Amino acid sequence: MIEDDDQWWSPDNSTNPQPKPDAAAADPPPQTSSPSFDLVLENVLENVLCFLTSRHDRSAASLVCRSWFRAEAQTRVELFIGNCYAVSPARVIDRFPRIRAVVLKGKPRFADFNLVPIGWGAGFSPWVAAMAATYPWLEKICLKRMTVADADLFLLASSLPCFRDLCLICCDGLTTAGLAAVAENCRYIRSLDLIENDVEDDESEVVDWISRFPPGTTCLESLVFDCVGCAVNFEALEALVGRSPSLWRLRVNDHISVGRLCRLMSRAPQLTHLGTGSFSSFEEEGDFQNSLDSAFNTFKSLVCLSGFRDPVLEYLPAIYPVCANLTSLNFSYAIITPEQLSPIISSCHNLQTFWVLDAVGDEGLEMVAATCKKLRELRVFPLDATEDSEGYVSDIGLVAISEGCRKLQSILYFCQSMTNSAVVTMSKNCQDLVIFRLCIMGRHRPDHVTREPMDEGFGAIVKNCRKLTRLAVSGLLTDKAFSYIGKYGKSVRTLSVGFAGNSDLGLRYVLEGCPNLQKLEIRDCPFGDAGLVSGIHHYYNMRFFWMSSCKITLKGCNEVARRLPRMVVEVIRDQPEDNCDSVEKFYMYRSLDGPRNDAPSFVNIL
Amino acid sequence: MSTAMAKSSTESDFSGLDYEDTELKLGLPGISRAAATELERKRGFSKTIDRSDNLTAESTDERASAVGKPPATKAQVVGWPPVRSFRKNALKSCTYVKVAVDGAPYLRKVHLEMYGGYQELLSALEEMFSCFAVRKLQGSTTNKGRRLVDQVNGVEYVPTYEDKDGDWMLVGDVPWKMFVASCERLRLMRSSEAINITPRAPPQVGSRAS
Repeated sequence: MIEDDDQWWSPDNSTNPQPKPDAAAADPPPQTSSPSFDLVLENVLENVLCFLTSRHDRSAASLVCRSWFRAEAQTRVELFIGNCYAVSPARVIDRFPRIRAVVLKGKPRFADFNLVPIGWGAGFSPWVAAMAATYPWLEKICLKRMTVADADLFLLASSLPCFRDLCLICCDGLTTAGLAAVAENCRYIRSLDLIENDVEDDESEVVDWISRFPPGTTCLESLVFDCVGCAVNFEALEALVGRSPSLWRLRVNDHISVGRLCRLMSRAPQLTHLGTGSFSSFEEEGDFQNSLDSAFNTFKSLVCLSGFRDPVLEYLPAIYPVCANLTSLNFSYAIITPEQLSPIISSCHNLQTFWVLDAVGDEGLEMVAATCKKLRELRVFPLDATEDSEGYVSDIGLVAISEGCRKLQSILYFCQSMTNSAVVTMSKNCQDLVIFRLCIMGRHRPDHVTREPMDEGFGAIVKNCRKLTRLAVSGLLTDKAFSYIGKYGKSVRTLSVGFAGNSDLGLRYVLEGCPNLQKLEIRDCPFGDAGLVSGIHHYYNMRFFWMSSCKITLKGCNEVARRLPRMVVEVIRDQPEDNCDSVEKFYMYRSLDGPRNDAPSFVNIL
Repeated sequence: MSTAMAKSSTESDFSGLDYEDTELKLGLPGISRAAATELERKRGFSKTIDRSDNLTAESTDERASAVGKPPATKAQVVGWPPVRSFRKNALKSCTYVKVAVDGAPYLRKVHLEMYGGYQELLSALEEMFSCFAVRKLQGSTTNKGRRLVDQVNGVEYVPTYEDKDGDWMLVGDVPWKMFVASCERLRLMRSSEAINITPRAPPQVGSRAS
């Protein structure tokens, strides 16, 4: 997963509390040379700048002078907006006339965990209205945590003749009717990727969207719909796959049985990325072992395998032939034991990404460590996501991984107990770590051997992993842990904290010590107004700051709002009758266009 | 069962201040959390059977006595652990059952899908309650079947389960898949108390060989 940061503001590493001049809103400087010379210069510039693809470089270029600003705006084709409320659609279409690809992110990440009330915002409608009218050549839209109505998809599909790529991640509001509109009207659709969205229709209103794809050979390259809750028309799907010769990625939902999976696979032997659906047989008659075996035997080019939502474990050996070529394997919905994992993982020498349930235990992780020497990303999810569940993985598994998988860059690890020693070991063995997210599920849980806080472990991570940009902490943590983060975590851009710290000092350490911090999300920590106010010098450099169930009050929030007029400070109430002075949920972000006009009644913008 | 098991969204309504105040501590009121942790550490808790910190104590006293534990109520906190509901719902169908042992003050939980058969389940139970060793009785007419014996005091336990009808049955009576589907909870019952539980099928020689 790529860590993105937008840069409407250039990075401000100084302690200057003033925001950098905002190039988009500034008045043009007086022109001193003749208009025709400028025009030539701009044309030349445009031809050069179109080779700039990195948005950070483009932002830097746009700040050189007015001329460069214009040239850059004329040549930008890819737009990244990390917070949909940081800027209005009107400003965007005014500045950039030639956009072809948009990435737009909405709700704060804690919305995934039900901390953001429904109806908070991040609707796609105003964006699609503006873009559909202004960008007729728009090809690609990627949305994360936005509310996307079917009407939005209708508008998009009917307005954009060249539209090719739609990617929706963790979105809600859409149904199969919206999907049908896209399938039917986007004749050149290349990818339709639906990842962990909430697409739940009423039984009576399900639309057969698969049948709506254009007849004849399609341009379809990627079709991902494992999150769609209702069954699809299988005959139509099979036919669609059969007439899509460019298809390289197909991830089906768990309504597709193994028998049907085999039929799909036989229609698309060129697939490189496969999501297997349920991998079970439901009420289908017959034994699919042979079909599965032959299907996987012919899949020479498969590199990414996922699905296994409810697998019949007897069928798992069918995948053995493809294991050696796999670079990515997602078993995170399959309850498998170490014994069942062993023959699979022992062949996966090329695996770079592995997602798995903790049911495989420390023993399973030892197997991974023994074989997967190229592993870059590991995610270990909990089978039973409660605080008192059985812990199948522990410090033992973490140490094993650190010793076997030296190239590890990204880890997400859920466990019930951990030791500082294990985390320190990982910090020394895995120097390439960019993302370290450890979730000790029991709140305030100390090192289970020494009974000490987990300060030293996380301290070692920030100290030894020089490339670390994303960190999530857990377990019993004192202010000391935050002092380490502030002292050593100079590259940290994203920090997630819960149930940690002793006092405002903890928050201060981080806000004063981490110049690259852009995304900060905190819950249930004893941080109050003093800590909040200590970050005023830095907040303009951040994309957002979320705090919930901490000790901040309206007084502190008001002070921040007063001193930082360009920040939008939202106080979100859970219940209408909530105590007016205490602040249950606080969400703050910079914005070029001031407070949003679609805030619901439970959001108070200071 | 503790009412605190109910999912409570009110937990998140408490400000951090209330949260700390309701936390059980060993020191006097007003003592800082760090100091309380120190106190608890110095007391040197004796280890129970399970060395890990992961005691699934149903009794709230048990939980409060562990180091640095949050409030006595075991209410689930909203959004914690941070797993997306999409994933939680996908795994919801998996059954876990609580395992009780007569005489022990805590419960464990097992996921029956993880095991291929009775032998694996019993091995896991044996490991969990690690002072036991599995022993198969030979030649006993009324109590044929699997037993777990506490090596420390020689007490014999019979694995039993409560099925969906609320009846208590001997573990091992029915085919494994049927057991997984119908088992609501497990109890390791002292043999002396298990005489009222009769096997479903009449005992046959060699029928329960592992």
